[in-house]
Amino acid sequence: MSSAVTDEKNEFLSAHFQNEEQETEACTLGMWLFLAQEVMFFGAMFCAYAVYRWMYFDAFLAGSQSLNWVLGGANTVFLLLSSFTAAMAVHSAQTGNNRKVARFLWATLVLGAIFLFIKWTYEWPPKIQYGVFPGMNFNPDAHHYPGLAAFADKGHLQLFFWLYFVMTGMHALHMVIGFGVILWLIWMANHNHFGPRRYLQVEFFGLYWHFVDIVWVFLFPMYYLVT
Amino acid sequence: MANESTQHHDIPERDYHAPKSNYLNWQHTVSSWLLTVDHKRIGVMYLIAISVFFMVGGIFAGLFRLELLTPEGDYLQSDTYNRFFTLHAVVMIFFFLIPSVPATFGNFFIPLMIGAKDVAFPKLNLLSWYIYMIAGVMGVTLISLGGLDTGWTVYAPLSTTYANTNVFLATITIFVSGFSSILTGLNFIVTIHKMRAPGMTWFRLPLFVWAHYATSVIQVLGTPVVAISVLLIGIERIWGVGIFDPALGGDPILFQHMFWFYSHPAVYIMILPGMGVISEVIACFARNRVFGYEFIAFSSIAIAIIGFLVWGHHMYVSGQSMYAGFVFSLLTMLVAVPSAIKIFNWTATLYQGNVVWDTPMLYAVGFLGLFAVGGGTGLFLGVIGLDVPLHDTYFVVGHFHYVMVGGMVMAYLAGLHFYWPKITGKAYPRLMANIAAIIIFVGFNFTFFPQLVLGWMGMPRRYHSYHPDFQILNILSTTGATVLGIGFILPVFYLLWSLVYGKDAGSNPWGARGLEWEACTSPPDPHNFHEIPVVTKECYSYTGEETVSV
Repeated sequence: MSSAVTDEKNEFLSAHFQNEEQETEACTLGMWLFLAQEVMFFGAMFCAYAVYRWMYFDAFLAGSQSLNWVLGGANTVFLLLSSFTAAMAVHSAQTGNNRKVARFLWATLVLGAIFLFIKWTYEWPPKIQYGVFPGMNFNPDAHHYPGLAAFADKGHLQLFFWLYFVMTGMHALHMVIGFGVILWLIWMANHNHFGPRRYLQVEFFGLYWHFVDIVWVFLFPMYYLVT
Repeated sequence: MANESTQHHDIPERDYHAPKSNYLNWQHTVSSWLLTVDHKRIGVMYLIAISVFFMVGGIFAGLFRLELLTPEGDYLQSDTYNRFFTLHAVVMIFFFLIPSVPATFGNFFIPLMIGAKDVAFPKLNLLSWYIYMIAGVMGVTLISLGGLDTGWTVYAPLSTTYANTNVFLATITIFVSGFSSILTGLNFIVTIHKMRAPGMTWFRLPLFVWAHYATSVIQVLGTPVVAISVLLIGIERIWGVGIFDPALGGDPILFQHMFWFYSHPAVYIMILPGMGVISEVIACFARNRVFGYEFIAFSSIAIAIIGFLVWGHHMYVSGQSMYAGFVFSLLTMLVAVPSAIKIFNWTATLYQGNVVWDTPMLYAVGFLGLFAVGGGTGLFLGVIGLDVPLHDTYFVVGHFHYVMVGGMVMAYLAGLHFYWPKITGKAYPRLMANIAAIIIFVGFNFTFFPQLVLGWMGMPRRYHSYHPDFQILNILSTTGATVLGIGFILPVFYLLWSLVYGKDAGSNPWGARGLEWEACTSPPDPHNFHEIPVVTKECYSYTGEETVSV
């Protein structure tokens, strides 16, 4: 574990750490534990989905067929691209190119914003407008959602949309939090903060963003591609 | 590694010059406390906060024990009674038991025990205290808005449809307090992995640290599940949609599964740190190496792992599959094994040791007996055939209070009396403390043993009135609760008294082993150690040389 950096004075080393290596390892382990916690957080909802899909498959099939897989597929592409730019931002931070870090982070932000724009313009509002939002006013419009209006078991259909809104909503919330982190990282990049020994913040953002991406990679087939 | 890490690194000599300076007195302003990132000060702030919540929870218990003096519902209507026992449980579980030992003594002592200057993420540590306090303020708001009447389990559809109280606020409160627990657990895991002093190998760690490691794993992996589950209950209630309400297409059993997936392991969050304290206290006052150190260490890990697989034993009568019940019953038998290993090993440690009777030891020995009763009655309830008639009776109430109060609160008080001289630097009056320990032990048994008998006779829990035949045992229980209450109040007086009038304790009043006693002053230095210590021996070397060379 001995390392040359031990003897060098590093102004960024927190006082309670012995050396930079210890700090790096501690922060990395902490980040992975945070992600483990996130897996359990989403895992509970995935579990609920699995149980109800198994119990009420017909309702889940009808619900899924009313979703537009083209929009969902396009969003998957945007999100995967944003993961690529996030990975490039990490790489740029490791090589100390702060201008590139900022640019790639802006790209990540824009791609993520496109994802949310599609979701918040073409996916959620029509459903809320035409009675596909679960709750007391759940009454799918026969013109816009004929399949749903014709489906008899409205109770379990609501269950499908309830899980849909909660899980995609929770996913969107994680993206919005990610935007906040991106803006903070861009600010740091503009102040030339990152370099070969100081890139952990970007790397951890990358891990987080990939996690959010992976959640969507599961959500997409679960909700849009049920057959 | 040893040589270079012993160098004292780059901490500027801040404001402390006098040798008498310690973490308590080196800065005096209010903001030096509220904005501190010192794990010791955060531990003390937690200690103050949880003591207040313990008192609040205790007052609720006292109020409904008073109602239970008579068979009729005299002064509490059933609705009020429901709120009181629910609030007692919510406050005690989420605001006292779960943070009790980890957030106070764990925070204070893990870095000292492993030879670190602080936990891995000091700011996160402070954040977790603030989250806890925000949840606490929400909890107090909840109480003042009429409380909660669903029981702490917030089962659907009672909580989502029928309850007349502020279920949404309650679920958000539990959600928020959960994140305080997750952050503490995350911090401890990283601290234990990465912050150990040179020579502090895994098998030289005090068992207190092992117990906290196991606890932290449960906190990080279990808490998010209950957080999202109760959040779903809250959202369901606000929007009137059914994810768990059967009338709206949901499945209430699913909620019970998701709830107990955390809430059963949560009882190990509550008891494991207490077991850690007991290992320290028994080793110290038996003047002996803990018998079977590795077995106790790994039994903590085993409890954390198996504990995740037994939640279904809360649901034998809920309508889950019979075969699932069978498997959960078997696994419940299995999870008792590591706890039994601990009990046997502690007893063996006493057997070979030179026992010194002092206040922490009184509590620790009380723990051994009471926890054995609590664990044993747990086995009764783990057997499906016996659980069906005993379900929702006072037998269950008696059982988990033997574990939670007889076990955890005893362990907490053992820890408080063991560590008080280190935390404050002051000695408390031993005789008073010993008397309080005995009062608590007697009061506890008078409170809860009658409840085991009542449950066996068939008295159901959660009712404000009962059959007149049960009255004598209920009077006994309420009388015991009064004695227990007095026992809990006594330490408040003599411990606070000791802050002002107590003699200086000295750095190692118990003759204990471990970095926190041998390499630290009482109260410790703001930065814990002047030099990072090098560990050369196993812990608990009570029969050999000292554990450290500083």
